[in-house]
Amino acid sequence: MFAIYKRELRSYFVTPIGYIFCGMFLLVSGLLFYFTTLANQSTQSLGEYFMYMIFMFAILIPLLTMKLFAEDRRTKTEQLLLTAPVSLTGMVMGKYLAALTIYGCTFLVNTVNFVLLYMYGTPNTASIFANILGVFLIGAAFVAVGLFLSSLTQNQLIAAVSSIGLNAAMLLLFFVVDSIPFEWLQNVLAWFSILDRYVPFMNQTLSIPAVVYFFSLAAVFVFLTVRVYDKRRWS
Amino acid sequence: MIEINGLSKVFGTQRAVDDVTFRVEEGEIMGFLGPNGAGKSTTMNILTGYLSATGGTCRVNGVDILENPLEAKRNIGFLPEMPPLYTDMTVKEYLSFIYDLKGCTFPRQQHIREICDVVKIGDVYDRLIGNLSKGYRQRVGIAQALIGNPRVLIFDEPTVGLDPKQIIDIRNLIRMLGKEHTIILSTHILPEVQAVCDRIVVINKGKIVANEKTEDLVTAVDGSRKMVAKVVGPQDEVLKTLKGVAGIRSVDVLGKRDTDSISYLIESEERVDARKPLFYTLASKGWPLVGLEGMELSLEDIFIRLVGEQRKGRNTKGGKN
Repeated sequence: MFAIYKRELRSYFVTPIGYIFCGMFLLVSGLLFYFTTLANQSTQSLGEYFMYMIFMFAILIPLLTMKLFAEDRRTKTEQLLLTAPVSLTGMVMGKYLAALTIYGCTFLVNTVNFVLLYMYGTPNTASIFANILGVFLIGAAFVAVGLFLSSLTQNQLIAAVSSIGLNAAMLLLFFVVDSIPFEWLQNVLAWFSILDRYVPFMNQTLSIPAVVYFFSLAAVFVFLTVRVYDKRRWS
Repeated sequence: MIEINGLSKVFGTQRAVDDVTFRVEEGEIMGFLGPNGAGKSTTMNILTGYLSATGGTCRVNGVDILENPLEAKRNIGFLPEMPPLYTDMTVKEYLSFIYDLKGCTFPRQQHIREICDVVKIGDVYDRLIGNLSKGYRQRVGIAQALIGNPRVLIFDEPTVGLDPKQIIDIRNLIRMLGKEHTIILSTHILPEVQAVCDRIVVINKGKIVANEKTEDLVTAVDGSRKMVAKVVGPQDEVLKTLKGVAGIRSVDVLGKRDTDSISYLIESEERVDARKPLFYTLASKGWPLVGLEGMELSLEDIFIRLVGEQRKGRNTKGGKN
């Protein structure tokens, strides 16, 4: 598993995709941060900033995950991974953690932004921490979504576009759910609505059920990816 | 070393592999022969754990590939039809990655260097795999299979797309590796198995049609021997006399190929050596035998005969139904 993790990590930086991801992440995030807080001279609008971040992740993270399995499938190198003495879970986790590492490190660098707030004002530390945790976990779930959809195709573009679609759908449910006429359908779809779970974080509370939910979302998609490979062997 | 028992694989409605059973003993080089689409690659993919079988079992070194896949895979080095290479890595990085992937415990640099020497890729050690020629890529693929010193090596069509010089090099390499490893080699090129393998398993349409030692395969398919004799003497009388020799089934005149001798195609009875009686008979008549040449069936003939027989067998079956 560690070998696969290392190779994936390395491949992000021998191809431009790792640099593009980090660059775009920091650029867009920096601009959003400037316009929502610094330009407004207020820390009250931080919630708005985090909300924009979530939508940015929905689009940006699929760029990071699209190649994870699709590329191996196209070049047949997956045959190497699947005939090596590594378990399916080990293989999938290696790739998931590699993408998560790139995303996590960039995220960490990005938190430098908040230092500025402390230099010029007195922001609400609890609120910032709650939001950082919530947004990070949503991103981690998006990585799992991208991982899963990448395992279904050998075309990276299809993997990326379908991941963006699914991420966006889960976010937009927040606005759609209330206008659905059937209560049972409302309940089902509300379960998938990511932003509904995010509301408590915006109100400066750490919601344990929401944290568990985001973890489960990531786990479900990682598990589904393992199942995809298991099933492919048998059919 | 390798035991395959009643293996079958169904893709949708198509039976790609149908009740295949064979064994490969320790230290043997087995040729796995069949036309394109016969089920060679499928069988190998199952054996290496890439696909799962619909039925039957595969054991490598006594370990079942389904029950204990990690242990079984540790004993196998696999070169698939398309070498699984990461083109954005150098040979060194790639082999080092494979070393980690297989969880080897030998001294890393030394182990990788030794393998590079064996497959002769030392001079491209620091080059990107994407920039290597087909022949070198194939070698890197073989090096990949060798890492970790697995006892069983499985090569799926290792010489496809190489030039004649490279083909000979790869064959020599396989023959050399056969001294220390058990090898399964799939191919549809007949001289290749004849040159390299101890045992040949022929597969067609998912079924095994022959499983013999290389030298036995010829007699197993066709017990009778054919030879061409050149005799100086009157054609009609020679023909009549030859037909009377014990152990000779049929004689045909091939025609005058030299200035004074005439060539005859002689087919002997099954498992009978008719050469000595032939010689004495001709000598007693005073007709000099100036040439005698055995005609062995080539593997091509055998192959076409085996595959053809199966087809014929099916047709007659179908006709009766």
